Amino acid sequence: MHKKLLFWVALGLMATTVGFAQEKEKPKSVHELELEMEAEYRYFLDDAQFTGQLNHYPSFALRPDYSLEWNKGYESINFTGFFRLDRDDERTHWDIRELYYQKAKGNWELSFGLKKIYWGVAESNHLVDIINQTDAVETFDGEEKLGQPMAQFSYITNKLGTFEFYYLPYHRKRTFPGEKGRLRFGTVIDQDDLGYESGAEEWRQDFAVRWKHYFGIFDVGISHFYGNGREPLFVFDNQGNINAFYPVINQTGLDLQVTHDAFLWKLEAIYRNADAQDFTALVAGLEYTFSNIDGNGLDIGLLGEYLYDERDELSLNALQNDIFFGSRIAFNDVQDTSILIGGITDLESSSKIFSLEASRRFGSNWRAEVEARIFNEIDNTELILSNFREDSFLRFTISRFF
Amino acid sequence: MKKSRIFIPIIASVLAVVTMNAQSAEERGLQIAKTAEKADEGFGSSIVELKMTLKNKNGQTSERFLTTRTLELTEDGDKSLIVFESPKDVKGTATLTFTHKVGADDQWLYLPSIKRVKRISSNNKSGPFVGSEFAYEDLSSQEVEKYGYKFLKEDGDLLVVEQDPVDPKSGYTRRVVTYNQSKGYRLEKIEFYDRKNALLKTLVYSDYKLYKNKFWRAATFNMVNHQSNKETLLKFGEYNFGAELADEDFTEVALKRAGS
Repeated sequence: MHKKLLFWVALGLMATTVGFAQEKEKPKSVHELELEMEAEYRYFLDDAQFTGQLNHYPSFALRPDYSLEWNKGYESINFTGFFRLDRDDERTHWDIRELYYQKAKGNWELSFGLKKIYWGVAESNHLVDIINQTDAVETFDGEEKLGQPMAQFSYITNKLGTFEFYYLPYHRKRTFPGEKGRLRFGTVIDQDDLGYESGAEEWRQDFAVRWKHYFGIFDVGISHFYGNGREPLFVFDNQGNINAFYPVINQTGLDLQVTHDAFLWKLEAIYRNADAQDFTALVAGLEYTFSNIDGNGLDIGLLGEYLYDERDELSLNALQNDIFFGSRIAFNDVQDTSILIGGITDLESSSKIFSLEASRRFGSNWRAEVEARIFNEIDNTELILSNFREDSFLRFTISRFF
Repeated sequence: MKKSRIFIPIIASVLAVVTMNAQSAEERGLQIAKTAEKADEGFGSSIVELKMTLKNKNGQTSERFLTTRTLELTEDGDKSLIVFESPKDVKGTATLTFTHKVGADDQWLYLPSIKRVKRISSNNKSGPFVGSEFAYEDLSSQEVEKYGYKFLKEDGDLLVVEQDPVDPKSGYTRRVVTYNQSKGYRLEKIEFYDRKNALLKTLVYSDYKLYKNKFWRAATFNMVNHQSNKETLLKFGEYNFGAELADEDFTEVALKRAGS
């Protein structure tokens, strides 16, 4: 229902901006339409822990992309849609990832509509990144996001960096797997069952600001968000009942990267404050790349990050005191072949998650990807992660771009 | 008659020694590089689209389309923004580079699938640019300060200068660069010698066009790798010098906009 509303709001916005565009005399416009069709197959290695869950998940996804630019590219309308068909009814879903009008002039830029924003520098966890809701049924790493309605204003200064202001009039609820889905809790969470702390619910008017600058080898970002949290808060009472809702939060974030020779030193830290909870979390680490080792472009990068979350076992991503290590291998060949392997290990228990992501282009319009996530010796006391201990999986995708 | 034939080269070499005393090969090489830089000064900014064709040793080809925006700076190195238009799976991937006359360049990469901007190390100079025969250092802004110079020879209008990279991370011991002094000191050819001082690649510039009666731009770059027998061809479209780009067009905000 809310999606429908979102759709009409977006469509109305587009109609207005297109009308606005046509008022200009003879705009020299450029438009592009693209479509990605993806076939996906997920195979879960172990028998399901909860009833209703399956082992084989063939799936199909569409990503149409349209952009219209005029005024030498300083004005544009951008659209990215998404649709997936899956055996899990909740993973079968569609979304408008982006649909916004943008205008840039001199040292400012303004955007209206549904948009995706990314903040942060770390690889294993994205703490600072808070503008968009996670499309949690899409990927395990949480990097897929739902389109966020916003007005965004960026002001660029030469000496003081860039200031960004966000007005976020509508909150989107996180997606959760359905009964047939893997990587869920024992109890199936219906996304509509989660309420809000705020009386205004999803229509609470939220705000965020961010300052980003760089000084030589330092890249610094400081951000603050005030509004409906993107992560639901799970509160357990004495009877063991779960009460989950979206709290009103204040979150201050810092992201810092020092780029020195082949070293990237990274830090992300947040302080989140709500009536029911306040905590700090951080991820700190480094990335070092041995480049062109064979004279043919082979790059091998080493990654190490430490993850801390004061919430301990209540942290939804289960990364409370962990070490991430990994390696990024890029062949820099014609097919852009790359491999990312890694593991996260808990410093206080036996829990480990191993992962592999590899991709390669075929011809000029095809791309294949392989992903593996292995849950190993997950400690039964892990409140969140223990639900996924039988959910090790392999994922294959083939995409055709039109 | 015979005597005089012997004499002329002797006189010539004496004269050459005299001029070399007045100006060493190093000084002349540097002077040529500075003159070339001066000749191209004042273009302000440019936008150009290009097609990159990669050819392997069996003749199989693959193509990429890119758009490059450049902002000229005189007190420091140029700024550039490169956006990939194809292959479609990497469409929108873009890089922003601030070249510095001295020290490492600053570089950011935009990944359109997750809308992320990542500051990347510019350490990897010798690595290939997107699987091509061009290394990153071949495509970065050619600042005079990045090389040591030695004038080699003059052949009609052509001046041949050896350039030794200052940066030890360069993939080359030296480059042999041919300038054309009658055509605004434009580049005609560069030969690249690898770390073992063996000839690695030759880059030939052709289909030159004169813009605004001052700026020579080659529409074709052909890079041949003599060791792998692979080739990369760059075909440039019409240069747009009239866009009047400014510093604001070379920021993280502009990088994201260009890749969206």
